[in-house]
Amino acid sequence: MSAVIAEHDEHDEHHHDDHAHGPDKGLLRWIVTTNHKDIGTLYLFFALAMFFVGGSMAMVIRAELFEPGLQFVEPQFFNSMTTMHALVMVFGAVMPAFVGLANWMIPMMIGAPDMALPRMNNMSFWMLVAGVLLLASTLFMEGGAPAAGWTLYPPLVLQTGKALPFAIFSVHLLGISSIMGAINIIATIFNMRAPAMTLMKMPLFVWTWLITAFLLIAVMPVFAGAVTMLLTDKFYNTSFFDAAGGGDPVLYQHIFWFFGHPEVYIMILPTFGVASTIIPVFARKPLFGYSSMVYATASIAFLSFIVWAHHMFTVGMPIAGELYFMYATMLIAIPTGVKVFNWTATMWKGAMTFETPMLFSISFVVLFTMGGFTGLMMSIAPSDFQYHDTYFIVAHFHYTLVPASIFILMAAAYYWLPKWTGHMYNEKIGQLHFWLSVVSVNILFFPQHFLGLAGMPRRIPDYAVQFADWNMISSIGGFIFGASQLLFLYVVIDTIKGGTGEKVSDEVWEDAHKHGLEWTIPSPAPYHTFTTPPTSIPTEHI
Amino acid sequence: MNTDDLQQKNARLVRNLVLVVVAMFGFGFALVPLYDVLCDITGLNGKVAATAAKEVVYPIDNSREVTVEFITSLNESAPMLFRSETKKLIVHPGEYYTVNFYAENLTDKPMVAQAIPSISPGLAAEYFKKTECFCFTEQTFKPREGRTMPVRFVVNPDLPKQYKTITLAYTFFDNTKTQ
Repeated sequence: MSAVIAEHDEHDEHHHDDHAHGPDKGLLRWIVTTNHKDIGTLYLFFALAMFFVGGSMAMVIRAELFEPGLQFVEPQFFNSMTTMHALVMVFGAVMPAFVGLANWMIPMMIGAPDMALPRMNNMSFWMLVAGVLLLASTLFMEGGAPAAGWTLYPPLVLQTGKALPFAIFSVHLLGISSIMGAINIIATIFNMRAPAMTLMKMPLFVWTWLITAFLLIAVMPVFAGAVTMLLTDKFYNTSFFDAAGGGDPVLYQHIFWFFGHPEVYIMILPTFGVASTIIPVFARKPLFGYSSMVYATASIAFLSFIVWAHHMFTVGMPIAGELYFMYATMLIAIPTGVKVFNWTATMWKGAMTFETPMLFSISFVVLFTMGGFTGLMMSIAPSDFQYHDTYFIVAHFHYTLVPASIFILMAAAYYWLPKWTGHMYNEKIGQLHFWLSVVSVNILFFPQHFLGLAGMPRRIPDYAVQFADWNMISSIGGFIFGASQLLFLYVVIDTIKGGTGEKVSDEVWEDAHKHGLEWTIPSPAPYHTFTTPPTSIPTEHI
Repeated sequence: MNTDDLQQKNARLVRNLVLVVVAMFGFGFALVPLYDVLCDITGLNGKVAATAAKEVVYPIDNSREVTVEFITSLNESAPMLFRSETKKLIVHPGEYYTVNFYAENLTDKPMVAQAIPSISPGLAAEYFKKTECFCFTEQTFKPREGRTMPVRFVVNPDLPKQYKTITLAYTFFDNTKTQ
């Protein structure tokens, strides 16, 4: 596993640098910090906390659906749970987790001393916290939290009680926070790279984040605009979506999904980047098809802007519109297929070992592909009329988010924890966490395909008795999956406290220093790294 | 690179990116008229013209029969009575017909209400012409007032052959509070 400690003298000189000083002492360090590693840590812990908050909401949903009939919660609260689960997971867990990884890793991967705009970096984190707290506060308001689904479709969402303006302002805050994060990432990648780090030598994680950041600044403002229109419709007598005043509720769906489709790629592109970083190291081969990976990512990002109406095949579009969005959507399978092929080809005849990060990455390739295939099924407009708003789509997007984005975030944590903490995590518990997760995630989501095909609608607290068996199995899988994540929490805390006690080398994983600059600096990574840019860069990742 | 250069480069890049953000925020709002323009040009969405069509004389196609159905509903249980006096009519394309709708204010206060039409299938909407309709303007009702309101329409003989039934649905919205 870990190889001989590799010495890289030129980077051990960080303590000679005149800027070098340690972190501030005490709690204030975390509030005022502008250090990319501190902010990355804050983002990652915050995302982990929100992962458990959003996960608890999912447990409420699965408990209620364990049996037909109303057991535990009121239907209104159930709908709040589905809505808040999605909003918390998307804006509180997955996106911040990737921003946290970007903060930690991008400067270290491109040989930069820090992010380009450190103070803005601090501000975007605390704005995220404010946004999520504001969102969470709606749970305690008169009329309850928003319950119209994370898509916030009018006219239903306009029936939200006192919580509506708070939810909308929270979306504004979350949007501003992620736009600032995206601007910072673009500025860092464009202006802070080590001279030797040309664009086409950047690790794929950096590339995918660059493209994701452009998606963010292009679509978050559109979403902010859409929810602002909801706000003025409700409180200022405008009629953007109100038919009585000449508006049209379907217009909201068009604007929302113009944001929403790129948004789902915002959550998956960095996932691709991490997978492309981890798989070559454990296959002990260079990544297969580096430049095709870059072009595929860019193509997926471009296509995401022109396929939005495949989320609304049933609103009564003309046949020409249905056909256009159907074929455009199918096109996405091509660059995505290139990626899956490249990951498989990277592993082909590689000297593979199966440490926890690699296990999560391999299961990502397999299970993400399954989620991709159901996506292809739904792109077929006439079939989609059957799948629309059923558990089939719930199964589809959870396959592309849980065993894809979440699994890769887990893989990333196991992969970089030794670099962050200087300690090795407990491999046995890591693997137990993996096997419990991968089995239970399939027990959880696979039966939902059957439920959806049989016609069970999503976002309902009660259902017809013929759906009872698969729902019970799905719920059991859900509880096992939820409980297994506590193992991850244990591993993280244990590793920070010293882990196995094993001394980790600078490169941690065998020959990792050939794959990325972050493995050429000491473990744990010093508070300041690359205050002078590295002169040579590894090339095994391209 | 020296620090001043870098700061200048960062400032320029950030300014450009902020401009993109502002432009995209505007684009979100620009989608509203763009979407209406697209619907007008293509006649999609079952959106019906909000103004009266000119009374054009069409050749009457007596050999063809199209069923027109009339549906009425109330938005968010507006305090009204609203019904169509004709539920279903078999028409010849090109001939003008008049049907009556009855609406009544069930409150003791004056009411302003707006009826919103919708035609399905949406692609047939452009062939369904109304020369007179209570839906073109807001309707004011005195307390407890009820009245009969006519709709005069014609189905354009160019209606493609596959359409045998057209449904005209009206929803009354109570707009009193927003006045």
